[in-house]
This record gives sequence, C-alpha cells and structure tokens, in this order.
Amino acid sequence: MAKPASTVSRQLSNVGGWIDERIPISSFWKAHISEYYAPKNFNFFYFFGSLALLVLVLQIVTGIFLTMHYKPSAAEAFASVEYIMRDVEWGWMIRYMHSTGASFFFIVVYLHMFRGLMYGSYKSPRELVWILGVFIYLVLMAEAFLGYVLPWGQMSYWGAQVIISLFGAIPVVGDSLVEWIRGDFFVSDSTLNRFFALHVIAVPLALLMLVVLHLAALHEVGSNNPDGIEVKKKKDSAGRPLDGIPFHPYYTVKDIFGVGVFLTLFAFVLFYAPEFGGLFLEPDNFNPADPLVTPEHIVPVWYFTPYYAILRAVPDKLAGVVLMGLAIFVLFLMPWLDRSKVRSIRYKGLGSKILLAVFAITFIRLGMLGMAEGTQAETIESRIWTFAYFAFFILMPFVTKYEKTRPEPERVTK
Amino acid sequence: MIRIAFSIALLAASGLAWPAGGGEDLEHAGSNVHDLASVQRGASMFMNYCHSCHSVQYMRYQRLAQDLELTEEQVRDNLIFADREITDYMKAAMPEASGEWFGKKPPDLTLTSRSRGEDWIYSFLKGFYLTDEGWNNTVLANASMPHVLWELQGIQRPVMETYTDANGEEQTRIAELEIDQAGLMTSAEYDQSLRDLVAFMTYLGEPAVLVRESMGVWVLLFLVIFTFLAWLLYKEYWRDIKK
Repeated sequence: MAKPASTVSRQLSNVGGWIDERIPISSFWKAHISEYYAPKNFNFFYFFGSLALLVLVLQIVTGIFLTMHYKPSAAEAFASVEYIMRDVEWGWMIRYMHSTGASFFFIVVYLHMFRGLMYGSYKSPRELVWILGVFIYLVLMAEAFLGYVLPWGQMSYWGAQVIISLFGAIPVVGDSLVEWIRGDFFVSDSTLNRFFALHVIAVPLALLMLVVLHLAALHEVGSNNPDGIEVKKKKDSAGRPLDGIPFHPYYTVKDIFGVGVFLTLFAFVLFYAPEFGGLFLEPDNFNPADPLVTPEHIVPVWYFTPYYAILRAVPDKLAGVVLMGLAIFVLFLMPWLDRSKVRSIRYKGLGSKILLAVFAITFIRLGMLGMAEGTQAETIESRIWTFAYFAFFILMPFVTKYEKTRPEPERVTK
Repeated sequence: MIRIAFSIALLAASGLAWPAGGGEDLEHAGSNVHDLASVQRGASMFMNYCHSCHSVQYMRYQRLAQDLELTEEQVRDNLIFADREITDYMKAAMPEASGEWFGKKPPDLTLTSRSRGEDWIYSFLKGFYLTDEGWNNTVLANASMPHVLWELQGIQRPVMETYTDANGEEQTRIAELEIDQAGLMTSAEYDQSLRDLVAFMTYLGEPAVLVRESMGVWVLLFLVIFTFLAWLLYKEYWRDIKK
C-alpha cells in the first residue's frame, strides 16, 4: 500500500486501523473478496449466483417500500395494492419491480441449480453447499407463495385455499393442521394477516440466514468450475491456486457486466410486459378475492407448475402430495446419488448427458402441463413425465457408476 | 455446453406443443391507449353510458383530469354527472338501485381491461343481439346487463346455421349477427367508438401505462450503455487472464 499522502488520508487510515483492531473488516474482505480465489474458467452459468443475491436485495428493498402503503386486511388489501399502483408516487414501479422480481428470482435460481447439476457442484466436498441451497429453494417457494396471497385477488385467495388444503391430506392431524395454518375455518382475514407477518419478517430472516450459510460453506470448500476439477490442487510457490483468480476485481467486474445484461432484460419486462402474458401477473388476480365465487381454472404461478403437474398426475390426494414432496426432497440426495468418478458433465459418459437433457425437458414440460387445464390426455402425459422426473434420480446411481467417463484434465481448460 | 443447454431449452419449447387452453373466439379490439384523443372520446362515452351504473372505485376524477390533459373544470362540467368532488373516487351514481333492477350489482370496471382483456370488452359490446326471448350476448350468454348502446349500434339479430357435432347430432348455432334496425352510427363508426371506449378502459386498468412505456426507452438506453461500459471494463481487467 502506498504511503498516505495528505493529513486527511493519514487520519482516515488511522480510523481504519482503529476499527480494524476491533472488528475484522479487512481480514473478512480478504478472505471472501480480494483473496478468495475462484477458478478462472467460469462460464455463462456462473452469473446466476451473484444475480440471485442481487434479486434478493431488490426484493427486500422494494418490499420495504411496499409495506409502507400496503394494508394486510381482507377488507383493504386489494384496494391498497391499487392505491399503490395509482396514487403512490412511483408506486407502480416499485410494485412491478417486486412482482417481476419474484418471477426473475425463480428463473435465476433454476438456472443456478441447473448449473450445479451440470457440473456436479453438489459432489464432495460441496454436499453442504448443495443441501443449504436446496433449503434456500424450499424457503424461497414458501416466501413466494405467502407473497402471492397478499394482493388478495381471486388467484391469491383460491391458490391459498388449494395449497393450504394439501396439508389436509396428512392422516389424523391433517384437518386440524389446516385450521391451524389458516387461523380460521376458511381462508380469511386472519390467514392474510399471518401470511403478511411471515412474508415480511419470518421467512426473509430464515432466507438471509441460509444465504449466509450457503456462502460460508462455499467459501470454506471453494468454488467448483465447468471442468469439475479442484483448482486448489495446483498452487504456485506463494500458495495461490494456479488456475484461481481473486474474486475481486476479476469476478466483481465480470459480475457487474452480468448485472447489466440482467437488469436490461428485467427492465424490458418491467416497462413493456409486466404481466408477461398473464404468467407473472395472472388476469384473474385483478378480480378481488371472493370466497363465494370459485374460479373455473385455478393454477399456481408458473414457477410452481412442474410440481403442480406431478400433484395432479396422481389420482389419490395423499399419494399426490407425498409424490410432490418427494420430488423436492429427492434433490437433497443428489450428492449421494451421483457415484461418478468425475464431477462435470463434460467428462461424464453419454448416459449422464442423456439423463440430464431428458430431465431438463421433463421439468419444462411438467411446468407447461401444470399450467394447462388438466384434461384426461394432459393428465396421462403428466404421468409419463412424472415417471421421467423420478427416473432421473433412480437411474443416476447406476448410470454414473457403470458408464465410461473421460479423463479429467490436470488444469482447467480454456 | 452453453450451446447444448440452449438447444435443450429450444427443443422443449418448440418441439412440444403447448397444451390446449380454452378460450372463446374474440375479435381483436385494436385500440390504442397512447392515442390521447381516442382515450378522451372513450372517457366521454364511458361517463355517458357506463358510469351511471358501473363504479371505478380505485380511481379518482382528479387523476383522470391530470392524465387525460383535461382541466378540472372540463371534468367537473362534462364528465362528472352526480354530486361528486373532483378528489372523490369514481363511484357510480346509483349502484344500489341498479342492483335491484338487474338482479346483480353491476361490477366495478376499474380493472376489467386487465382481468377480462381488451378483446373481451370489445367483443362483448359488439355481441348483443335480440331474439324473441329478449336480449342476449354472444360473449357472455344471458348477461344481466341490458344493451345500453343499442341506440348507437342498432338492433342485431342472429343468423342461425346447423352443424353436426362430435356425436353426429345436428345442432344449431349462431353463424353471424345482422343489423336488423339501424342505429345512430354506422357499424364502422360504432366499432371505432368501441375502440375509444376500450382504450379508455385500458387506461383505467393501469394509469401507469401512459408513462411506463415512454420511460422504459430511457431506462433501457441507460442500461445498454452501462452494460457496454461494464463489458469494456471487464475485457480490460481480464486481458491478462485470458491469454
């Protein structure tokens, strides 16, 4: 570091030193930012971690402003959202940022998870990074569901009705559990009130805590990369990974570029297609909640529809709920289902590549079917894809154990 | 790998058909909310024909005046018929009484353009017809709303046709609607005034639509320049990494 030139900068440096002797800011900065060595071969899919963090901050900040005007009561909620859209200065923009942000959060998280599946980022020693990530995903789904109820439109109301009633399928305690969640005999003002509390405080706190743990675990073991090899194995004389580069400035500057691209797409949706053809804001949710009128066609928002398709594919309610739960729970097992010698799809065999490709198509197709009306033909198709969904996880141990893999390179490629 | 991932996504999106969705045949409204004159004409029509029964409860008259570039006097003198203040929400003049007349309270129309869609409103208001059993509508069968615009449109009667359904049975359905008694407007004029009305209702559904699209251009321009500079910065920093 250069010698402080002026009195002012010397004073500032003294203040910095004084603070640093009392709280480890500079060592924290070094460990996690300026001397955190990340592999230099990150590709497109490695933007989505930092983007997820960006959206999280965006949701928290816009959410704070929304709570200043939103009224969490069955009588006022719907009108207060329209008040935000009309009478609050910039209210429409804050609200669209929040509603668009919710959908983009899932786009980003799904791509982030797909990256993990592709490059084996869940494999030893990153099992806990992955498991904490799946927890984040679960909590994020809870957060999104709770938030979707708040505008108190028809889809908010009936979506809540359908999803809460899923807990009723649990034997013995089901009915009382449902009543306990709603705080009433039907979805009502008390349900809305508690959902508001959970959405703005309880779940975000859990989410933030999990994100901190996810990052702490990641930084303990170091980042994976598209080649799936450990950059820590080859170090220079100073102990720095040969294929690693300091996160700052290299990845901070690269991620700023990623943020630019992301925000451009985000702004395009926000300003020109905030409803996104009824996918981000559903038409029926512009009708106020009415407990006496059941909509013809109740479907969850797009990011839940793959699981909704699995739920509807099963004729028995309890079995459907169990299968849907299993579809998410099975993600926790990934680190142990994959028995391959190599991490990255680049060096795995053809079997793994086919499995992953089919899985990606399955997930998208289930999502499309979950949005559909649920005709007989669609239900039968959903069953086939549900089977394919689980086949991915069931076949994985066998395929990864017996397929022929290619040798991993010594150093990262490109 | 990126190429593989994208081809997967493309395959999934294009190769497989989107599951069929329901939906009646609606005529495309073709209204333009950015045509201020059209929205103003629509406002006048709305106030004359709709607002006496239908509320716009989330909207204030004052906001309307500002956005449609009308003076408060103009709004007070021409658009507000009941005893209302300019700062009031746009509540209908007589919702209670009309509820008794038609058996159902006329719905609030603030968000109809967003919940039903522009094409639906347009087709609905074009779809009234008279039979021996009374008025009916092609879009919303047995609608409890009377055809308040009949003197403008005239009276339409259905032309029936027979067809064979999936079970091989003969059925009748409406082939088209025909003007039986002319109204004050030609059908082209009527369509245009409906487009004005729909444009106004699009505005009612989302007043921000007037600013958001023009503002978006500047935001996007800023972001594109920002992203380009960020890209240059990234290239500069990474020169020594990517050798």
